Amino acid sequence: MSKVVIALISGLLFGAGLAYSGMADPARVQSFLDLFGNWDPTLAFVMGGAVLPMAVAWMIKSRLASPLAATSFDLPGTSKIDRSLAIGAILFGMGWGIAGLCPGPALADLALAPKAVLPFVVAMFVGMAAHRFIPVSST
Amino acid sequence: MISAFPHAMPVEGFMGGVLIGLAAATMLLGLGRIAGVSGMAARATGIADSGAPRNIAIAFVIGLPLGAFLVARLFGEVQVSFPTSLLPLIAGGLLVGFGTRLGSGCTSGHGVCGLSRLSPRSMVATALFMASGFATVAAMRFGGLL
Repeated sequence: MSKVVIALISGLLFGAGLAYSGMADPARVQSFLDLFGNWDPTLAFVMGGAVLPMAVAWMIKSRLASPLAATSFDLPGTSKIDRSLAIGAILFGMGWGIAGLCPGPALADLALAPKAVLPFVVAMFVGMAAHRFIPVSST
Repeated sequence: MISAFPHAMPVEGFMGGVLIGLAAATMLLGLGRIAGVSGMAARATGIADSGAPRNIAIAFVIGLPLGAFLVARLFGEVQVSFPTSLLPLIAGGLLVGFGTRLGSGCTSGHGVCGLSRLSPRSMVATALFMASGFATVAAMRFGGLL
């Protein structure tokens, strides 16, 4: 199977999971973050459901010399904890809370509510592009 | 249905979560990569210079709305409700875009893939964006914005 087809299947499963789990709904995600309002625990079940097959996948990965359809694993390091990581995560969390959207649901929602999500998606890509041009020291 | 949380969808949430985990497992075991949506999106658009090959990133990103579309076709309308004003969408989008590039990941890369890998880096990132999300929504609630 071609690499592009595998990537498309991965994206399809991901988008399907987001829609089926209720995570495509910004109001539901925001309700999970709203500890002092009508708290909705659904997101915790989604994370639990997602982490289980991935934990198995990491175990399988440790027994593989290479991935099934590529020559080598290309994975980020796990140990570097610096200021960029921390500030980036905090800023991301703020945006996630304000809109109830993170990148996956935002892109999946292009199929479900394109007009409603478009301003977020455009702003997200502007924010990503801005990062290229704003030098941030990571020390 | 959890009686204390009438709107919760624990079963659908868990099953949808399993699909997301299988998606990430497909990317890891098939192509040897992290299914991180922010990184793939930045790569697909050419905003990021390094990362997955461009065609891989584009295929993955196109799959996201296609998968959501299929669920809507097979299981009926998917409920989504958005902030009514543009300001939270634009401010949120800018912060999510900038923050995920600076912090090298989002809920999928650091959350799903990193936590299941027991990556200290991703555990720190996930703890911080969760705490930040909780604090931001609490501030909005006590500030009368919700």
